[in-house]
Order: sequence, then structure tokens, then C-alpha cells
Amino acid sequence: MQFHRPDTVDGALSFLSWGEARVLAGGTDFFPALGGRRPLAPVVDLGRIAALRGISRRDHGWRIGAMTTWTDIARADLPPLFDGLRLAAREVGSIQIQNAGTIAGNLCNASPAADGVPPLLTLEARVELAGPQGLRELPLGDFILGVRKTALAPGEIVTAILVPDWSADRTHFLKLGARRYLVISIAMVAAAVSLDGAGRIGQARVAVGACSAVACRLAGVEAALRGVEASGTAVRNALADAAFAELSPINDVRASAEYRLDAARELVARTVMAAIERGGKAWR
Amino acid sequence: MALTDIEERTGVSLVLNGKPAHIVADPVERLSLALRERAGVRDVKVGCDAGDCGACTVLVDGRPVCSCTTALGQVEGADVETLAGLIASDPKAEALARAFQRHQAAQCGICTPGMMVSALALLREDGEPCEEAVRDALGGVLCRCTGYRKIIDAVLDAGGTGMPAAGGVGAAMARVDGWPKVTGTELFGDDVAPADALTLRLVRSPHHRARFTLGDIGGWARSRGLDLVLSAADVPGENRFGVIPGFEDQPMFAEAEIRFRGEAVAAIVGPADLVNALDLSDFPVAYEELPAALLPADAGGIANLHEKRGDNVMCRGFVRRGEPEAAMERAAVVVEGEFSTGFIEHGYIEPEAAFARRIGDRIEVHCCTQAPVMNRDGIAGLLGLPKEAVRVVPTATGGGFGSKLDLTTQPYVALAAWILNRPVRVTYSRVESIATSTKRHPSEIRMRIGADTEGRIVAVEFDGTFNTGAYASWGPTVANRVPIHASGPYRTPNYVARSAGIHTNTAPAGAFRGFGVPQSALAQEPLYDELADRLGIDRLEFRRRNALANGDPTVTGQVFERGMGIIECFDALKPRWDAAIAEAEAFNARGGHLRRGVGIAGGWYGCGNTSMSNPSTIRAGITADGRVVLHQGATDIGQGSNTVIAQIFATALGVSVEAIAIVGPDTDVTPDAGKTSASRQTFVTGNAARLCGEALRARLLRLGNVSDTAEIDVADGEIRLSDKDGRRTIALADLAPDSPAYVIEAVETYDPPTSPLDENGQGVPYAVFGTAAQIAELEVDMQLGTVRLLKITAAHDVGKAINPLLVEGQVQGGIAQGIGMALMEEFLPGRTENLHDYLIPTIGDVPPIETLIIETGDMHGPYGAKGLGEHCLIPTAPAILNAIADACGARVTNLPATPDKVLAAIRSRPA
Repeated sequence: MQFHRPDTVDGALSFLSWGEARVLAGGTDFFPALGGRRPLAPVVDLGRIAALRGISRRDHGWRIGAMTTWTDIARADLPPLFDGLRLAAREVGSIQIQNAGTIAGNLCNASPAADGVPPLLTLEARVELAGPQGLRELPLGDFILGVRKTALAPGEIVTAILVPDWSADRTHFLKLGARRYLVISIAMVAAAVSLDGAGRIGQARVAVGACSAVACRLAGVEAALRGVEASGTAVRNALADAAFAELSPINDVRASAEYRLDAARELVARTVMAAIERGGKAWR
Repeated sequence: MALTDIEERTGVSLVLNGKPAHIVADPVERLSLALRERAGVRDVKVGCDAGDCGACTVLVDGRPVCSCTTALGQVEGADVETLAGLIASDPKAEALARAFQRHQAAQCGICTPGMMVSALALLREDGEPCEEAVRDALGGVLCRCTGYRKIIDAVLDAGGTGMPAAGGVGAAMARVDGWPKVTGTELFGDDVAPADALTLRLVRSPHHRARFTLGDIGGWARSRGLDLVLSAADVPGENRFGVIPGFEDQPMFAEAEIRFRGEAVAAIVGPADLVNALDLSDFPVAYEELPAALLPADAGGIANLHEKRGDNVMCRGFVRRGEPEAAMERAAVVVEGEFSTGFIEHGYIEPEAAFARRIGDRIEVHCCTQAPVMNRDGIAGLLGLPKEAVRVVPTATGGGFGSKLDLTTQPYVALAAWILNRPVRVTYSRVESIATSTKRHPSEIRMRIGADTEGRIVAVEFDGTFNTGAYASWGPTVANRVPIHASGPYRTPNYVARSAGIHTNTAPAGAFRGFGVPQSALAQEPLYDELADRLGIDRLEFRRRNALANGDPTVTGQVFERGMGIIECFDALKPRWDAAIAEAEAFNARGGHLRRGVGIAGGWYGCGNTSMSNPSTIRAGITADGRVVLHQGATDIGQGSNTVIAQIFATALGVSVEAIAIVGPDTDVTPDAGKTSASRQTFVTGNAARLCGEALRARLLRLGNVSDTAEIDVADGEIRLSDKDGRRTIALADLAPDSPAYVIEAVETYDPPTSPLDENGQGVPYAVFGTAAQIAELEVDMQLGTVRLLKITAAHDVGKAINPLLVEGQVQGGIAQGIGMALMEEFLPGRTENLHDYLIPTIGDVPPIETLIIETGDMHGPYGAKGLGEHCLIPTAPAILNAIADACGARVTNLPATPDKVLAAIRSRPA
């Protein structure tokens, strides 16, 4: 089997342009998806492309290279805006998975329970793609289209995740599973919150994973939280009547649909409050 | 534009354990496979091939990754380190290995390379990590034996020194077979096949029940270059195996009808790369699906799976004592309930593996197993060979817990190697292992218990239905054992218990730590709480009041004059019980969404077969050059029989443990020590070892004509005896040898004294019962239904702790399995056939465990010792469920108590 290790994005694209090929990033989803089979198509390993790895500051935002691992993210020196994402990074599988698994791989795998998606949704991240037609950008919400379905066109790869600046320094992430490590979420929530000068919620961005085919922002919840006093009671009151209309959980071996909805409501309240209380505190 | 292309023939260059290496293989091959099969690095273990278990962890440029989800090509130019390499090069690694030995952090040893490599990555960054950092670092490696606590202890103590002193009975010595496990040199089932072995792979049914016909499988195999294809038509002996006489009902290959999803219809054999790459989707087999039942409730409505087993009832069990119906009517308080549990997968990290080779007219099978002699007899029957023509040589076994008693891989490789006259190997994939190996029986139990106003049990009625799956396996044992144990270790003068094993179209349910007793305890112990509450009696006091004392009859009428230690277990727990309740009350008084609860449960388990002979034989000898050799046939699957049996033998003979060379189980050279199950090895084989040591000692004392208290030293071709009257030296060369191998040899057998049970189940089913009681402390999240364990306190009457460190290891490991059973584990055929959908506890799910060892001294056990393995998990799940109910008033009666079920129970509490 052909195994290509280009060291530039152009090199990768040229291999992909020759015909059907499989992209290999960290391998943590690549191999389990194969089961006992061998890949039939040539493999393009992106691991040697230095330009795809690392986090950099750019105009009005941040660029996270596609091949940046979850360990890279958890250990990076980043502002509090990224606390939620870094908390999610430490909940991805295990240390072994975090060392190999990449941020773009997590998105391209398009699992409803991908740990990286909810925090990136709250950061309004965009996905940078490179392909035969050049570069393009998509909002993350337009990139993941369904269970195991993305907007990747033939011959395209994800090159980076772009996170715009935002003044909110209050972000958090909570994951609920049936055991402590190495667990696929029953539900998870990411929140990013800005407060106004009066101690009220200016803007809240809330996303829930594992409760719909694709993790999603909750517009009704975000609207309900706007202008609410940043206290536990006020937040819970505001959430009590909020619509969680975007969620459509399923029954599976991990939990019932009904439970997922209940848990999502509770987790949203906790995550928003934790984000508020986190504000300004140093990462640990 | 620089490109690097790797073609298979050019191979991959890397630095492997500090040395340049070049591996020629498909670069997209899993690194785990390339390291093991191309580079011979067998210390990398494969447990799941999906990143779910961490056993294959290696360091790539210093960072731990799963080598099963890494392509060989990805490590071109990288620095790859495995446990064996780290041990050789990094002093920290050797120190960690010593810490693992010191704390007995390795039991079976299959996860140990993954654990240690992961721990070393942490220790290189942080020489003195806190416990939380250790948990985070090791959270990606699953262990099914230890309960993780001793692994945490070892990593925290990596900088420590010393080693527990070796010694005989009572010494908390390191395990005698531990060093290979902690240095990566231990050889398991998949580690021993010779390089020229062919690979076998099974073709399995995707349907729960179906009629099937095979097409031209020979032509299909030939056209693909395979060496052999096998099906039922090729089985030379009787195509039936089993473990209970009269219940041998499982075919090696299905004949015409599939009875469960995953059942084998054929096997293909050829070179590994060819066999592993083959697409089996066009294998010529045609299925016609038939109506199937997966639950006992549906089993009456489908055709019988087995002729002569009407309504799909495999067998029933029954025990009756006193007048339960009349007594129940007179009871002051009666409680009752229905309880159910699902299939539980054993979840050992080592999948089933074997290789076989033909040597003349004999076949030799090397495999991981718990029962080499039973395996030998089963293989002989299937192959139509005399037993003497089959040799089974157990490898190290990476966990078993009951499922590696039954034949799995062995007959397939034996038959293929027999026909081809070439070595043949097989290793099950994780999915194959979970889908087809035996399981813990799902249970559906109805139970009523009546008590008088003083809180004394007056009557019990118990009905249990057990899903035994498609084949009998150990189902009859479960059906018989449960009625004997369902009272728990409590005085129950009026009692009736009925059980039934029902066939369904699922993987066979078989033996799993406790043989049905954990399931019955999950009915009885919660009902005891309800009775205590109704009567206003403290829950521990209620149990103590009813606990069996010496002299009390059990529900089978058996009376123990010594060694019934359950009262001592409850008394040992009393201080922690009172403190835990006070702490929980103080915590709960503060309010909030977390509620603490404390639960208690007792348990008991009879050691050895139920009313059936189950002897063990131990052979030992002294060689001409003065070595003491112990043929120790009790397979050590991690529980420690290599160490315990050696300690007992050393004490009986009167020599140091270090002076003893062990020859392990091998059906050609080591006599039958029976199966490793039913908590029988310490008790039964231990007694045989004691008798053998004593016999050998008596011979030596007579030879020297010295007193009974003489000290014995065997070395340098001499036996040296000394007592207060002086010293005697006997040259072994001067003696006429007993056998070609040994100048002096002894063989002794022990079989526990039991008696058959009558039609009401009355009699002496076991010579020894072990008892236990545990307290669970936990927090329930009232809004999410999640449960966080805080502490388990476990009191176990082991009679006499032959090795207290091994006792703790068994207790902690059993508790971890009990935690899984209580909170997260359920096998659903076709749905949870991997280790990310079937969850077992991780290092973050097992709280601190305090073990209180009670030594009442058993009447029959060697030096008073009892068995222990099963007892450890029996009280755990009921204690947890009782603690959940204590915390929040919610009773979960259908396990596992996952967050959704706990929350539903909280919401449906009576107001």
C-alpha cells in the first residue's frame, strides 16, 4: 500500500488529486474505523507538514493548525477565552488519544459526541480548507453536516481552525459520561459568557454535544440568558423556560433520550455558572 | 516540493528502544502489529485495536500513544520506546518495576506494560506526582485485575526502596512470578507462536438464529491461496464440547443451525498477511434467519434450541428447608421485590489466543487458560484422539475471571495443526472475544423475606431465572449454586429457593466470579435494608443479628463448628459504619445537589465444586543436584496461585520459598490441580501442596532419623538436616532415585469433603465457606443521577491470609468488578462488543479501598486458609445500591445503575 508523507500542504493536495486516497492525521479514529480491514486506497499522512501544526496569533484572532494535537492545546499558553477548549482537550479519550488525536481530525470524524465541537462552536470558529480550487473558509456549523458527514470536497483537507478574537474571558466545558476516563459523552456543554459593567450577562454562547446529530448552539438559551444577572438563581430562572429546541437526542446504550434532555438542561446551567465564576482566574 | 514516499519493500527506519531499527512492512500497518510481528517486540500487548484499553502504549518521541492506532509509517525517523527498552535504559523504569513488585501492582500482567510506559512518561516530567496526576496519566489504560489502587500506590512510591521479605505462610511477599510481568518479558497466549506458524481466522454468523448451508468453501479457499478451510464436516471426533458432564452441547462449528450471533461456521487457515487481509463477505455461506429469543421471557415462544430441553429450560435448582410458606404468613414484616441484571462481560485485557503444533501422533496446544486438563480432555473429544495424545501448555494468562475455563480458540488451532502438520495460531479480536466468549448470567429475581418484630428472619422465598444463552457452559453450576447461597450468610430457618437456567439465542452465559451469587445478593441485601428500615433497626445491626454463627445450620442444613466468620466481618466494619454515617449526615445537612449515602452488604461463597469431587494433585521432588522442584498445576491467571501454593509448600516442607523452583501447569509434566475457579485453588490445591510438602518433609526426616522440628536445607547435591541433637548430611547421589527426574518425590492429592444434596437440597455442598461484608460510601448528584464513589471498606474472613498483599489485591480487584457491575456494565449482543461501548471501570472510577482481613481459621483449609476470589465482588454491587438508596431514597432494581436509571429512580421516589 502506498503511504505518502508530504511535508507541504501542496504536496498533500497533489497526492490527493491523483485519485482516491485516505487522509491520516492522528490515527485515533482512522484505525478504529477500519476495524480489522486494511485501507484499500493510498494513505496520505499529514504528520510531517510543519505548517499544519501549532497555534499562532494572527490579525483579529487565532489560528490553530489542523494537526495540532489535544495535548498541544491543553498545554498551550492561551488566553482565558480558550479555557473551555482546553478543558475539552483534557477530556478527549485519554492521554494517549490526546497525544495523537488532532483538532481537525476530531472535526472531520464528525461524531455527534466529538469533544472539540461544542467549545469551538462557542468560539465561533471557522474551518480553513485547502483543495484543488485553493483555500476557502466555512463556519464550523456549516462544515459538519451530519453523523460522519462533512463539507469536505474531494481532494480537500482541513488546514486550520480559525478563532476570532472575542472579549469574553469566561468559558467553560463540562462532559458527562458513565465513567471517568476514556468515555464517550452522554452529553456535554460548552459556554462562553461576557459580562457587562453591571455584572449582567452581555452575551452568552452555549453549545451542546451528543444530544443531536451534530453538536449545536442553543439560540433560545442564549437569548434567554442575555441581560440576566450573573447569579446562580437568576441564571437558573432564566433557563427554566428557555427552549432547547435544537436538541433531538436519541436512545442508545449510553442513555435514554429523555435523560439526555434533562442532563443537558442541568449541564447548561452548571457550565454557564462555572464560566462566569471562572472569569479572570488563571488556568491550572 | 519534498515528498517522502514509503513503499512496503523499502520499509521504515526508526530508533527503537535506543537502537536504529528498520522494519519492512506495509507502512500503514498498525505500529503494534509491526512491533510485535516484524520486530519481535512482544512486550507491546494488544487488547482492543481501537485505542480503548491502552495495553499497547509506547512512547513516540517521549509521549505515550496507543501503538494500535498509530501507523508504522508515522514513526519513520521517530524515537519509539517500549517497556522492555525502558527497563534496559532508564533507571527510573527499573525503579518503577521494583515499586510494582513491592506493591503487587501487577496481577495477570497484561496491562502492565501499558501502565508502566504511561507512568514513566509522567515520572519523567514530574518525579513526585500527586495522585490526581497519576490518575490522569493512567486513565487511558484499562486493568481488570487490580482495581488500580496498588498501581497508584506503586507509581506514587516509584522513588521508594525495599521489598517485602519472602517467606512462607503469612508473608506479604512479592509475587514469585512478578518480575517478568513488570519488565515486559512475560509471555501470554499471543506471544509464543513460532515464526512459521500459519494464522487461523473464524467465519462467524451475523445472525442470532439461522439455518445455513455452506457452498464450495474448498474452492473459495483454494482460489484465495489459503492452506485450509474447516467446518463441522472436518471435525474428526464428536462435534460437541462442554464443561459439565451431561451438558456437552456446544459444537466447535455450527451444524446446519446457528444458535447465537458470532457462532463459528468455518475457519480459514493461511499465512497471516493473507488471512488477515481477506474479505470474508463473499465466503460461500447462505443463511436463512429463524425466529430468535434474546430474553428468557421470549424463549418459550420459539423452537427449542436443544432437543430434550423443553420450553428451552436447561435445568433447574432447588433448596427447601423448614416451612417457608407457613412461616411467611406468621412474619411480622414481609418485604418483597423484583430485581434484574444484564449480561456482564469478563473484560480481561488479553483476548483469547492459542497456537498448536503436531508432534508425531500427538497435538500440543499452547494457550491462555484457567483449566488446562479440562481443555485437554475437551480437545481430545473433538479431535477423536485419546487424552494422552493431547498436551496443553498454558501460557501466562492475561485475566480470566471464569471465561477462560471453557474452550474457545484451542480446538480450532489443534485441528488445523493436526491436519496440516504445521504450527497454527489464532488470536481473537476484541469484538470476537466479547461477542462469543461466555458471560455472567443475566438474572430476573423475585424474592420475599419475612422477619419477626425482633428483626429475626423467619422465612425467605426466592425465584431466580437465569439467561444461560445458547449453550449450557457453566449454567448448571449457576442454577445449583444460587439456591444454596441466596439466603446470604444469614440464619434462615424457613427457606425455599427455585432457579432455572433458560436457553436463548445469545452467547453462552458461563462462569464469572461468583457463579450467580452476586446476582442473588443484589436481591437479598437491598431487601434486608428495607426490613431493617421497616423495623427501625440499624442496617448493620440487623445483619449482625441474623448472621450465621458457628453451630447454626445453613439453608442446606450444614453446620460449621469453626470458621463461620461473618459476625466478625460486621464487627470489624462497625467503627467505619458509624463514622461514615455521621460524616454523610453532616455533609447532607449542608444541602446542595450532592447527597451522600452509606450502604452495607454481606456475602458468602462456598469454595470448590458443589457437592462434587474436585481434587487437586501436587507433585514435588528433589533433584540429584539438590534442587527442590514444585510442580504447581494451579493456573495463575493473576490471582497469585504461583506464589500462594509455593508459600504453603515451603512452610509444609520447611524450606525457604526462594529455594523452590516452580514447574507450572503442563498436562505432560504437572499433575492436575483442577481448574482455577470457584475460589478453590488456595483451599484445594493449597491443601494438596501442604500434604505434599509434609510428605516430602516426613521422608527427609526419616532419612536422617531426626526429630520433627529439624531444619531442612537442600543444596549442592545434599540434604542437610539439623536439630538440637546435631546435624546430618545426606548425599543425594547415594540414594536410589524415586523416578528419573527426582531422587525423592512426593505426589499428594486433596479432595474437599462434601456430600450430595438430597431432593430438598439438604446436605454438605462445600467444605468451606468464605464470608465478607463491605461498606460503600458515595455521593449522588440529584440533578444528573451520577454516582461518585468515595470509599469502600471491605472486611473479609479469609481464614488465614497466606499472603496478605495478595488478599488485598484480590479484594480490590473484585470490588472494581463489583463497581462495574453496579454502575456501568452491560453486554448487549451486537451492540456493546467493544471496550468503548462496553464500559469497565477506569482508574478514575475506583475509590480508596480499605481492606480489613479477618482470620478465623478454617477447619479444612491449609493453615486455616479459605478461598477468596469470588467473595470480593459479591457484596460490592449491593452495598453500592444500598448506599444510593441511603443517599437519595432511590432504589434502582435493574442494573446497571447508569445515570439515566438513577435519575429516573430519584424522580419516581414516593413523596
